Amino acid sequence: MYNFNYQRASSLDDAVAKLGAASDGTLLAGGQTLIPTLKQRLASHSDVIDLSGIGDLRGISADGGGVTVGALTRHAEVAASADVPAALAALADGIGDPQVRNCGTLGGSIANADPAADYPAAVLGLGATVNTNLRSIAADDFFTGLFETALNDGEIITSVTFPTPQKAGYAKFPNPASRYAMVGVFAAQMGDGVRVAVTGAGPCVFRVAEMESALAGNWSADAVAGISVSADGLNSDLHGSAEYRAHLVTVMAKRAVAAAG
Amino acid sequence: MPTVSMTVNGQAVSGEVEDRTLLVQFLRENLRLTGTHVGCDTSQCGACVVHVNGDSMKSCSMLALQAEGAEVTTIEGLASNGELNPMQQAFMDNHGLQCGFCTPGMVMSAMDLVAKNPNPDEATIRENLEGNLCRCTGYHNIVKAVQQAAKTMGG
Repeated sequence: MYNFNYQRASSLDDAVAKLGAASDGTLLAGGQTLIPTLKQRLASHSDVIDLSGIGDLRGISADGGGVTVGALTRHAEVAASADVPAALAALADGIGDPQVRNCGTLGGSIANADPAADYPAAVLGLGATVNTNLRSIAADDFFTGLFETALNDGEIITSVTFPTPQKAGYAKFPNPASRYAMVGVFAAQMGDGVRVAVTGAGPCVFRVAEMESALAGNWSADAVAGISVSADGLNSDLHGSAEYRAHLVTVMAKRAVAAAG
Repeated sequence: MPTVSMTVNGQAVSGEVEDRTLLVQFLRENLRLTGTHVGCDTSQCGACVVHVNGDSMKSCSMLALQAEGAEVTTIEGLASNGELNPMQQAFMDNHGLQCGFCTPGMVMSAMDLVAKNPNPDEATIRENLEGNLCRCTGYHNIVKAVQQAAKTMGG
């Protein structure tokens, strides 16, 4: 690991100021991607600014239309929460391993936007709103590409607001070594329609409109059984080809709908 | 170099570290608590698991400075007055180790599991040890050890 200047932010404003003053600063939340990446020298930064001291970024609060999860809330806390949708708790309970879940955070995960991370599927699948120190961003506008989001320089996620689904389920085919999603599908019946979000398969989480309209008419695994996505542009690596992942999308979609009940 | 202070196995400790020093390096190299192992360089093996403020975490995936003010428990903090902790005893009774390299992390992860779920079934134990790799035992006797310890510890 190349050395850096470690700084602890006392508030959001302090974090923004420290980030702005650094020549090449980065933010540290749970660190479960950042620290291993720094260790492997896949990244180096002049400054690492630790957000963990900002207490009001952590916690879960339910209100009428949904639930707001603070950006520094750990996966284990979401997994154990009775206030979040059951499918979201189950998704959080399947991230990594228990030690990762005891450190990793919602905000850190979606800011990183790993193509095989679980949380982006729930954020997009539930049509959540990502709240930052500057604005609120709809999930449909948040994930923009491979490790790319709509976040601007100096913009920090503060929380995510998830609307309450009528039904929701998540199914993933975990890579047996890393537990990352080879493919994960989040299917949700919301008040204003059905949403199906796919992670792991492509460079960025995406929705499948054909499955959404099929499920709107008939909420059952059978409704998506005959719908497949094109392998064009999907991820292909030593773990599986694009065609294999395209096939898994249909299988995981069926399982997600079945899990939702 | 910055100074970091924390409580390790009930004792207040502090030391000079680099900003990039990992918690596991601070434990092993500054404090000479070498029971916490480093089995990989990729955060996958779990040999370095310790408890930080009561939760199991990988001390290789955390900076020492992140643990400023924290309560840390390592494998050295489990036995008292020369008596093995029930989890350690159960690993011994059930031949839950062969080479022993992964054992400190296994024991610390299992302690966290049993603290949060006093009566885990076999599937739960296997799922909760997902972050700990063992190249010797095939895990079977490790699972038996955790089951015995959970009973002994009052589950």
